[in-house]
Amino acid sequence: MSVTPPSPFVPPAVPPPILRAAGDSALIVELGDGIEPALNDAVHRLDRRIADAGLPGIVETVPTYRSILVQFDPALTGADALGGALLDLAAGLGAAAAEPALRWIVPVCFGGAHGEDLDEVARRSGLTAAEVVALHCAADYRVYMLGFSPGFAYLGGLPAVLHQPRRENPRMVTPAGSVMQGGEQAAISPIAMPSGWHLLGRTPARTFDLRREPPFLLAPGDRIRFTAISAAEYDRLEALPGFVPDSETIAADRGADQGAVA
Amino acid sequence: MTAHLRIVAAGPSSTVQDRGRIGYQRYGVSVAGAADPLLHAAANALVGNPAAEGAVEFTLAGDSLTAEGGPVRVAVAADAALAVDGEPVPSWTSLRLRDGQTLTIGPLRNGTRGYWAVEGGFALRPVLGSVATHVRSRLGGLDGGTLKAGDRLPLRLDRAADRGEQRLDPSLLPARGGTVRVMLGPQQDYFTPRGIAAFLEEAFTVSHEADRMGCRLNGPAIEHARGFNITSDGIPLGAIQVPGTGRPIVLLADRQTTGGYPKIACVIGPDIGGFAQMRPGDPVRFRAVDAAEAGRIGARHRAVLAGLPGLLRSAGGFALTDSARLLSFNLIGGAITGWD
Repeated sequence: MSVTPPSPFVPPAVPPPILRAAGDSALIVELGDGIEPALNDAVHRLDRRIADAGLPGIVETVPTYRSILVQFDPALTGADALGGALLDLAAGLGAAAAEPALRWIVPVCFGGAHGEDLDEVARRSGLTAAEVVALHCAADYRVYMLGFSPGFAYLGGLPAVLHQPRRENPRMVTPAGSVMQGGEQAAISPIAMPSGWHLLGRTPARTFDLRREPPFLLAPGDRIRFTAISAAEYDRLEALPGFVPDSETIAADRGADQGAVA
Repeated sequence: MTAHLRIVAAGPSSTVQDRGRIGYQRYGVSVAGAADPLLHAAANALVGNPAAEGAVEFTLAGDSLTAEGGPVRVAVAADAALAVDGEPVPSWTSLRLRDGQTLTIGPLRNGTRGYWAVEGGFALRPVLGSVATHVRSRLGGLDGGTLKAGDRLPLRLDRAADRGEQRLDPSLLPARGGTVRVMLGPQQDYFTPRGIAAFLEEAFTVSHEADRMGCRLNGPAIEHARGFNITSDGIPLGAIQVPGTGRPIVLLADRQTTGGYPKIACVIGPDIGGFAQMRPGDPVRFRAVDAAEAGRIGARHRAVLAGLPGLLRSAGGFALTDSARLLSFNLIGGAITGWD
């Protein structure tokens, strides 16, 4: 995937939407380019509007950093009719009421065996490990989108002082629940998987668990606040069947300001 | 006793597939599903299943499967030699496997993917609404993996329904060729006019880097107009992304949900299955159609899919020892050229 540098926050950040053909059964509504909170907010507001509008023939939508892929059944609707309806929904989006979002309070055991790269990340940033943990726990992370693998959430809001390239040599396996950073973003690994991101800690919360309903913890547009826990607390929470972290409902526009890419 | 099919020998890459896992791409879950929905539907139609039922997609060579319990009605939609306990039987025809009998499916004579379906379908628990296997994320099918020797596939029906066998003349199915129809976009503005001309006017060939996720093509490099990175966005089925090398990649059923390379065009839905059947070295040419033409092609394609059950003919019952009759079936099977 490609990540463009963060743009400064310039409200209002909602240019006229662009409709792009994506084959005979999909359209892309593009609200802008780049990775920034206001743009991503607009994407999630439009995605909600599309779901609420109940337009005929929509199969599913895939909201991303700055656009929505709308897949439709060509037996039930056409690109012209659907495209017009989508542009109507996108019009006046900036004036739409902000959608409430969920903020998850995600417990993390940082460093040591739970986060092998914490000390190295600290050294490269010129900080102590405790300072890196404090920065991660103070950041208000935004789930820009999910992709790459089931439940993998791209988290924006990593403090600039912590931005650093991914590992030269990716690990073949990183454990489920790894709290990681790569480039300008952070993530929680949903399942054991290969990764070149730096491992900072581990959470007992599973972002993808088929034994749980719903299996996905995080949705596009959610926020995350990390909170540091001890290894003993990690063990205790991990032993709880189907552990789900605490969450709170927040107003999206307030979070947008706090979540602006530094 | 509950009927099963035991996999005695598995093809190189056989997976249970249906129409795919719909509604979870927003959570990073790939759609998966049959790479060639037409042949998948044909295998299901032959055993009286709905088109969306789970069936096995095999790659280049088929599996050997033994009925445990039953009898079990199966059908293979593929141009391949079949045998039951060593006796040749026709493809494109349903048949009953008695308890202990083994169906062996040989290598494909054409294409890359064939399908076998079982009457009533597999008794597999859907994962996120689908039994489609996505091996990379270990979802669906039989423990999220390819079939292997020793696997037991549980069946919904304890025994085959008491009815006659069906056959399908594959020459009645739409011919597929080397021209693949596309709609330009979503990011054709990332390419120069010369790049788009090369894409639409020159010949490509299927490379060896091809699987259920995507297929890289050999041919002229496609020229970008302004870099080859976009802010990641959604990837529709059949999207043709062009990374920095200029060599296009057609993204198929197991594609990732999002990606950061510009997509010059998308293969239209009706041509996806035929493209997925191409082998390394096969020539490919792209032809752009507009939305109106794609709509007409799509309507015809849906009519073909809906009309599959109407193409079935009674195969009668045949005895495995009736070699003259078998020979005639094999001659039909050997005369199939519609897939070239």
